[in-house]
Amino acid sequence: MGKFRVVHYINQFFGQIGGEEKADIPPQDKEGPIGPGMAFKMALGDEAEIVGTVICGDSYYNEKKDVAKNEVLERIKKYNPDLVIAGPAFNAGRYGMACGSVCKAVIEELSIPAVTAMYPENPGVEVFKKNAYILETAASAAGMRSAVPNMAKFALKLLKGEKIGTPKEEGYIPRGIRKNIFVEETGAKRAVNMLVKKLNGEPFETEYPMPVFDRVEPAPAVEDISKATIALVTSGGIVPKGNPDHIEASSASKFGRYDLENIEYLTPEDFETAHGGYDPTYANEDPNRVLPVDALRDLEKQKAIGKLHRYYYATVGNGTAVADAKKYAENIAKELIADGVQAVILTST
Amino acid sequence: MVKELERAGLPTAHVCTIVPISQTVGANRIVPAVAIPHPLGDPTLSREQEKEKRLNIVEKALKAVQTQIDEQTIFE
Repeated sequence: MGKFRVVHYINQFFGQIGGEEKADIPPQDKEGPIGPGMAFKMALGDEAEIVGTVICGDSYYNEKKDVAKNEVLERIKKYNPDLVIAGPAFNAGRYGMACGSVCKAVIEELSIPAVTAMYPENPGVEVFKKNAYILETAASAAGMRSAVPNMAKFALKLLKGEKIGTPKEEGYIPRGIRKNIFVEETGAKRAVNMLVKKLNGEPFETEYPMPVFDRVEPAPAVEDISKATIALVTSGGIVPKGNPDHIEASSASKFGRYDLENIEYLTPEDFETAHGGYDPTYANEDPNRVLPVDALRDLEKQKAIGKLHRYYYATVGNGTAVADAKKYAENIAKELIADGVQAVILTST
Repeated sequence: MVKELERAGLPTAHVCTIVPISQTVGANRIVPAVAIPHPLGDPTLSREQEKEKRLNIVEKALKAVQTQIDEQTIFE
């Protein structure tokens, strides 16, 4: 029997085409492995080979949605694969979204298995965990060395049709699928055992973890916008030139509050982006493209809004921990409410 | 962040390009944007046209915060 055929999906960075300035490239493909594909080639050994690599820019994939998905799928199909490996994407949000979407499409439309891997806080996890096996990785590419063998091992299991164990056994992120299994002890006995452990303060493992739905009740609408103070907040990293608070280009540890008094619009001389997760060319050329101060000033003059709040808030949403972002926003909300702000426009890149 | 602002009682419009992320995170008022590196701009347009496009998105955001909603809503 010949080797199993595997196609590898990667982004422009791992595809060795370029960084953020190349994030808008359309899909392309090359025969054989590239970049991390070399490590996969080693890890897959004699049983499977990477016959082709499909590369797509992260921004292109996320902005063009179905178009990009179909283009990628066509290129994958060409190689007639038995399985697709996507990523690993670590904590790169757009890359994670692309890997998840590619796996979903491969499974649903080509009817072959697919596997990807990323950091649990990658937005691709929440969106696609039900659709595909997503193995857990570290937050950065430093975790490549352990991610590749895990993914390769898992891919071989899928290729050979071997039984896939529980998320904990296999290292994938729980997909919310329940399976009936036979166990020695009855439910009543297991429940009492768990309860005893709980009462004794010992660790125990629930058989039915409750899903966490963190939804927020929509805040009441603004009644009279012509009298309301509107604040601007951004995760797109727009800061005064020179980044006075040294907000980090990724994994930001803080947010900044900046004065807009007497500023009619943002100029490239006075403002720039500190964000390290997108091509900064357009934002640096005209920061209003991320933080629309000019438009709000116009609306203020037309009395379409009461006024634009004197201060805007900014952080960098790039691999930022969810718990940190939550904390920043709680503090921002307190200040905004204390300052009499009635509504917020939050822009994200 | 959008969610924490809404939780605190501030109606908040999330202007963003990757709408599925915003939906999954749980933003309530979502306004789709132009592109990831320029959510409220378009370098292929003339300055005037670009400004108009930006005003249009901001107006949608203002409409979003003025609309009483019971569930997650996308303001196209």
